[in-house]
Amino acid sequence: MPPPDGPFRPADDPIRPAPAGTVRIEVAGEPVQGVAGQTIAGILLAGGRLAWRRSRTGRPRGVFCGIGVCFDCLVVVNGLRDVRACQRRAADGDRVEFQEDDRG
Amino acid sequence: MAEPHQVPVLVIGGGPAGMAAARAARRGGRRVVLVEASDDLGGQYWRHLPAERPAAREDLLHHGWHWFRRMRDDLLRDPGCDVVLGGHVWSVDRRDGRPPLVHVLVGAPDGAGRLPRAYEPTALVLATGAHERTLPFPGWDLPGVFTAGAAQALAKGERIAVGRRVLVAGSGPFLLPVASSLVRTGALVAGVLEAAGPGQLARGWGSRPWRLLAAQAKAGELAGYVRDLAAYRIPYRTAAAVVAAHGTDRVEAVTVARLTPDWRPVPGSERRIVVDAVCAGHGFVPRTELAIAAGCALRADGSVRVDDGQRSSVPGVLIAGELTGIGGVDLAVAEGLVAGSVAAGRTPPPAAVRGRAVFREFAARLAAAHAIRPGWQSWVDDRTVVCRCEDVTAGELRSVAALTGSRGLRSLKLTTRAALGLCQGRTCGRSMEEILGPAGLLDAGRTAHRPLAIPLRLGELAASTVVGEDVR
Amino acid sequence: MSAHLRVLVVGAGIVGAAVARVLARAGCDVVVVDRGATAGGTSASGEGNILVSDKGPGPELRLTRQTLAAWGRVREELRDELPAGFPGLEFDRKGGLVVATTPAGADNLLTFARTQRAAGVRAETVDAVRAHELEPDLTRDLTAAVFYPEDAQVQPVIATEALLAAARRHGARVRQRVEVTGPLLAGGRLTGVRSTAGDLPADAVVVAAGPWSAGVAERLGVTLPVRPRRGTVLVTSRMPARVRHKVYDADYVGSVGSGSADLQVSSVVESTAAGTVLIGSSRERRGFDDRIEARVLAALAAKALLLFPFLADVQVMRAYGGFRPYVPDHLPIIGADPRLPGLWHATGHEGAGIGLSLATADLLHDLLLAPDSADPLAAEFRPDRPGLASGQPGRNEQPPDQPRTTPASRDRPAPARERPGPAPEWPGTAPDRPGTAPERPGTAPERPGLEREWPGHRPPEGAA
Repeated sequence: MPPPDGPFRPADDPIRPAPAGTVRIEVAGEPVQGVAGQTIAGILLAGGRLAWRRSRTGRPRGVFCGIGVCFDCLVVVNGLRDVRACQRRAADGDRVEFQEDDRG
Repeated sequence: MAEPHQVPVLVIGGGPAGMAAARAARRGGRRVVLVEASDDLGGQYWRHLPAERPAAREDLLHHGWHWFRRMRDDLLRDPGCDVVLGGHVWSVDRRDGRPPLVHVLVGAPDGAGRLPRAYEPTALVLATGAHERTLPFPGWDLPGVFTAGAAQALAKGERIAVGRRVLVAGSGPFLLPVASSLVRTGALVAGVLEAAGPGQLARGWGSRPWRLLAAQAKAGELAGYVRDLAAYRIPYRTAAAVVAAHGTDRVEAVTVARLTPDWRPVPGSERRIVVDAVCAGHGFVPRTELAIAAGCALRADGSVRVDDGQRSSVPGVLIAGELTGIGGVDLAVAEGLVAGSVAAGRTPPPAAVRGRAVFREFAARLAAAHAIRPGWQSWVDDRTVVCRCEDVTAGELRSVAALTGSRGLRSLKLTTRAALGLCQGRTCGRSMEEILGPAGLLDAGRTAHRPLAIPLRLGELAASTVVGEDVR
Repeated sequence: MSAHLRVLVVGAGIVGAAVARVLARAGCDVVVVDRGATAGGTSASGEGNILVSDKGPGPELRLTRQTLAAWGRVREELRDELPAGFPGLEFDRKGGLVVATTPAGADNLLTFARTQRAAGVRAETVDAVRAHELEPDLTRDLTAAVFYPEDAQVQPVIATEALLAAARRHGARVRQRVEVTGPLLAGGRLTGVRSTAGDLPADAVVVAAGPWSAGVAERLGVTLPVRPRRGTVLVTSRMPARVRHKVYDADYVGSVGSGSADLQVSSVVESTAAGTVLIGSSRERRGFDDRIEARVLAALAAKALLLFPFLADVQVMRAYGGFRPYVPDHLPIIGADPRLPGLWHATGHEGAGIGLSLATADLLHDLLLAPDSADPLAAEFRPDRPGLASGQPGRNEQPPDQPRTTPASRDRPAPARERPGPAPEWPGTAPDRPGTAPERPGTAPERPGLEREWPGHRPPEGAA
């Protein structure tokens, strides 16, 4: 079977979601819109980003475990480092920056 | 920085086991505090959309959804049950012969300035669940390679598919619901690969397949997943595994191979498959750090030892759910009901005790059928990263172990840096220990010891407890 | 005494490792035994301090001068001794800045620094401007600061393993999971030990077991006034370096020198090569109780924030603890035990073992192999010095068989982990009690006939 064409839209969703609100944040200085209630990781993934950090030797990292135990997906939120993007729901006005400087 | 709250029954973990325990303790007439780190109850099993995103048929993504919703609503409405959401237990102070003092920060995950709270429970139920174990393979640290649980969390919690053409691989029945969630989230599942071979599966599940056990619910559940495999034309293969992922900035293809009974790749059986995401999971690891810090005795497999009342080796500390052994939601609920009843000083309901026995049988067969076999190490080459946090490769682990000759994980962690990153060995610990196994480790299991159960900000730590007059 | 002496070193921590290396290089036939794994005790529980800043004038300071020189020399030697691919020691002569934040603290610090200078220590009083040049993120609330350029840092576990690897290069053998259970005696002389691996003959037995030395000594028939003093360290997540040196509050010095059992916390903050920040240091006398308590961690955090307010937002990811070997007069015990010929000690370094390991080893080497040319300084550390009489009278109070791991891990079998198996124990199984130490193998030690009692030593019941 060929992969589905086009992104997965709420209209296609078998669980019939109600229309959801939006949340407006800033990612690396750029305004980004997400769905209300999304985590920062959700917003980044929905925007097509798979990686936003580098490991100690420079390998790209994004979400791995999705449940907050692997600590790969770290971002800086409103100036605070070491925030797991998969655990933190986005709030209006959040400033998200990429944590690129924690290499030894 | 207040005095500790005295609590008759404190339950840590708001997943199936914790919810059941809280419910049973309430039925037993005790006041309960239920601490859950996330912003709603349900744990991983019932990970769901946030309140901002209601959906008419969310039940299509879950089993037992209506039971969960009823239980959740009851607990949240019950004035005798204080549900602390956003409650992060960061440490416990072990006490001799009784439950520990429990230290909690209430607030956003990885926040700063969260509210500190300490609890002194008369009875403590630990129901902290499990996380996935993913065996390393070359390229597993490429973006686009996720755990199977990540696929579930993103599908159920965000309605995001981890990729458009996804391969699900690993071992254990959990792979099936992952595939089912993915296809309901707009992804194509290129295949489900189970590493265990037919012989291991047959011997493990036994001559009476579990559809003939009293676990009728399990049979129905399995049938649903099998239907999905057929309806979505998803190939399901046993004795097969992803043995490498390829790509520059993200995964673009994988190599899959047939496996021998002890999980070695069969030379010549490798095939390349184009995918844009891989979900890999090889079973679960119980999250035992609080139980260990409280002084609870463990079994050889790393689970927490309990008696027939779910009592651990520490008086007043009970354990329910995956902590006592990976067994899935039904066993977790049964154990939770027993633990909560015993915590409240009541006799456990006979139905829960019976259910526990049935699903314990299921859990035992699960462990046998899908147990990781040592041949996996042969698909790991020297350059395969084992510790993702610190980028320590298998080659480095082996060579430093050989150079120092140490038989101690304490030393080996500090000379290799493996398990010293933020995840503190959750992701790599067991794999690291198995790779170093030939050294004859004298402190095996040490990677599961974490006095700090989660990271916390130094400012929060400083503000967290009453620093007594005996400190100078 | 000739080389080819058979020497048994009890304890594979940094002191035992240093001793083993020096003696193996000198041609001795060295065996190191440890009841656990290498570098599994105190050497893995500290920060890797090599300090001159906390030493007042006295024998320990003189030993420190020797050890600082030794580190320079030994690092060079290790370059040839260590195999390719051995992890780097992360040695960094970064210097230490001691900071006072109260007027009283300032007085104490400056007075102390004067005495140190008089004893030849490089202790540079710096003003606030200079202090903030050295450490831009340091608190503005300082009242005095002294910089010690000689203070250094090393990764203590790697250093321990490096010394052991070098020792092995020179023919030493290292045997893990071998526990001393009693002495081998002949004519009032120690001729080796009984152990869980059988009898191990030796011409000299060196006890280098850190805080567990008293227990080992007891099994060999003597008491040693070494007791555990608990310490805890916090480790932050990795971050860009903002702490450039070792930085301590001036209380650190006072707390090292005290004998109080109560919890004392004074701040020590430094970065590591790995990018984390280590935060110490607590001191408590509570036997071998190894539980980690939130109040201790909170106190460490609070004091660190007084030095570096920026740390408030930094994540702590790990806490670990250990036991320093503490001796009543705060000096290590190095040298021959006059009560039992053949028995030697190299222990009691209380928080300074990493740094002092090398000079201790050199001293022991001389005492053992070239006693006529041994530094007279050695006399200050001898096991029968008068200063040890000022400790508590009576037997060393802690029993030798303290479990040194948490109850949960004690319950598990020691060898390599099994595969997860089928059905775990179930209804009816009595739960194990935690904290039950497993059966100690071996027989009770044979009591030697002691001719001269050590102050504080009471003869065992029923001794010959």
